[in-house]
Amino acid sequence: MLAVQAGFARPGRLWQATELATDTNMGRPDRSARNGISRRGVIAVLLTGAFGATRVRADVSTVRIGYIRSMIRHPTISLLDQPTRDAGLAGAKLGLDDDNTTGSVTGQNFELIDVPVRKNPNLPAALDKLAGQNARIVMTDLPAGGVLALADAARPRDMTIINIAAPDDSLREQDCRANMIHVAPTRSMLADAVAQYLVWKKWTRWLLVVGSHPSDQLLAEAYRRAAKRFGARIVMEKVSEDTGGSRESDSGVVQTQQQMPVLTQGAPDYDVLVAADENQVFAGYLPYRTWDPRPVAGSAGLEPVTWDASSESWGGTQLQDRFERLFHRRMMPLDMQAWTGVRIVGEAAARSGSTDPDKLVTTIKSPDFGIAAYKGQLLTLRDWDLQLRQPILLADGRTIVSISPQPGFLHQVTTLDTLGVDRPETKCKLQ
Amino acid sequence: MKTTLFRTASLSAGMVLAALTVAPPAHALTAYVSNERDNTISVVDLDAMKTIKTVDVGQRPRGIAVTADGKDVLVCASDDDTVQIVDRKSLQVVGELPSGPDPETFALGEHGTRLFVSNENDQMVTVIDVPTRTVVTTIATGVEPEGMGVSPDGKTIVNTSETTNMAHFIDYATHKVVAAVLVDPRPRIAMFKHDGSEVWVSSEVGGTVSVIDPVRHVVKYKIHFEVQGLRSNVIQPVGIRFTQDDKTAFVALGPANRVAVVDAANGKVEKYLLVGQRVWQMAFTPEDKYLLTTNGLSNDISVIDVADLKVIKSIQVGRQPWGVAVASP
Repeated sequence: MLAVQAGFARPGRLWQATELATDTNMGRPDRSARNGISRRGVIAVLLTGAFGATRVRADVSTVRIGYIRSMIRHPTISLLDQPTRDAGLAGAKLGLDDDNTTGSVTGQNFELIDVPVRKNPNLPAALDKLAGQNARIVMTDLPAGGVLALADAARPRDMTIINIAAPDDSLREQDCRANMIHVAPTRSMLADAVAQYLVWKKWTRWLLVVGSHPSDQLLAEAYRRAAKRFGARIVMEKVSEDTGGSRESDSGVVQTQQQMPVLTQGAPDYDVLVAADENQVFAGYLPYRTWDPRPVAGSAGLEPVTWDASSESWGGTQLQDRFERLFHRRMMPLDMQAWTGVRIVGEAAARSGSTDPDKLVTTIKSPDFGIAAYKGQLLTLRDWDLQLRQPILLADGRTIVSISPQPGFLHQVTTLDTLGVDRPETKCKLQ
Repeated sequence: MKTTLFRTASLSAGMVLAALTVAPPAHALTAYVSNERDNTISVVDLDAMKTIKTVDVGQRPRGIAVTADGKDVLVCASDDDTVQIVDRKSLQVVGELPSGPDPETFALGEHGTRLFVSNENDQMVTVIDVPTRTVVTTIATGVEPEGMGVSPDGKTIVNTSETTNMAHFIDYATHKVVAAVLVDPRPRIAMFKHDGSEVWVSSEVGGTVSVIDPVRHVVKYKIHFEVQGLRSNVIQPVGIRFTQDDKTAFVALGPANRVAVVDAANGKVEKYLLVGQRVWQMAFTPEDKYLLTTNGLSNDISVIDVADLKVIKSIQVGRQPWGVAVASP
């Protein structure tokens, strides 16, 4: 049992940014490393400052978490969705603060090593550098190809990758790895979350509109699977070609008002339009512009997300407040996924009483490990593919409309496993 | 505090609206239930076993208690940043206590005269002297105080924090955090036994109750709950109450819709009582005759006969009942 005599304070920002010495890295760290003051000194000063001189544990030990962070930003349809420079990083920093709050009484210190990368990064070199700093648990928000390359390069280096962004089912199926943990939900989990709600609403006739990118095809496949699983019917599929340059512009509103009705014209009778547009090319234009007056779900309208700035249940308001105070903006889904990744490591350290990366990974993978992440229940790892089980929020951009799994969708183990690929279906052989 | 600008206006409206009311008969045993969703308090006559009056109060009423002198009901109007004083005779809001921002819940210490209010967003506890309605002190907690308990001697405050998953022990005299004890995820309520020998902390998401030695600051053991036919993730302990003799504890299990009856000597669960939906907080009637539970999703309170360990009645109240307090006749 843990009971530590210690003064108490929220520690200062102890995150650390480093330059990655690869010729392809053009990312600039947001802050420079805190030089010249020993970390223990920083903690002691902060504690004294807040609560007067109290005894601090002498044997502070450190966990370093790497974050290989994509700096590539794609355009979005809505200005509100544009990722900031610190998208994800802000969530990771807040998670680190929360880890260090607990750490300041358990004698554990957490640091984040931010590794911003752009196109074609030298991932093995990045891992070598992180390994050199004993940061052997590494989060990443790279796309699936990058995550898999990292996991395979991490293996001989005895490192573990936490995937916080890539939704690809393939990473949990044929390409699953024993050293790759997934915080991000899969496309199938997201599609199932939407499907359960639509079926609960008895909106079972869908018009599926799919983008022309390969990832849109994967998302559409997830919706087809979901329709079959939960008893919905896709009455028609349409494709929206990405012809380039279709984002909002000064006079764009005139065009979209003309284009969207045409795109959605001529469908058999349907209840709801489901959009599969992962690259934000067209879906954002669908609500209120469809030929028939129908609600939109999926990539616009009612969207399945890990987080929304309007989520206030289960103490969520406090998380939102903490985030806004620190970063002066709203918390986005990627921030939540990064927060969760960092908190998983912190929780494993608190529970195991260890800062050894191997012990932390063992703890994270143990059957009784779970993390509370403002979702009203403990989030645990699926042992067959290392995917984090989680409820999915259904948000309309203003409020949380519902949270899946929906009532009535039953499961013999946990209703959370009604979302995504379940144990009997998995193709994953962890190794 | 994004809605501060609008609060003052709506609060005075609420006070004006507070119904012109008739006091319940002087001899009736009365319960007061805060209805989080309705911004009201339900006044329940426990002799007649029914709601006899609904009183308008401030926004988002949650924590509720009756003062030591029995004259007033105190209720946290969380979204109005105040603790309101409701006169039991007139059933009117007659004043406010300077609770600090966003008070969620409070604990009464020192024979009911000291109120310890948790201010979640500002990471502090405000201590109020109830008779003079003044702030005695504020204590920085370092983390968001979610639930709060005060030792019977008033010397120790226990503040639970979701951020750290810990129970933080604060020495009232020095205002310092003297210890932090790791418990299971999302700790909610900290409750001392009447003899001060143990403090029990419920973990809503972890699904357990940690029994803590308040002197050595260690978890003596944890209580787990298993209800046949229910998945473990819906068993979410929140409210805790001990009988006067400290022999039996009752633990409200949230969406499990049950109250666990626990042997407080060893933590053995003896029985599960089926109550209303999302059971949250509880209060005893005098001499532990009945235990009342607030059921947030079924908008009622359940009445448990403590001697028989049977649920004998459910009484309709307002929407999303949160807390309950009982006044002696």
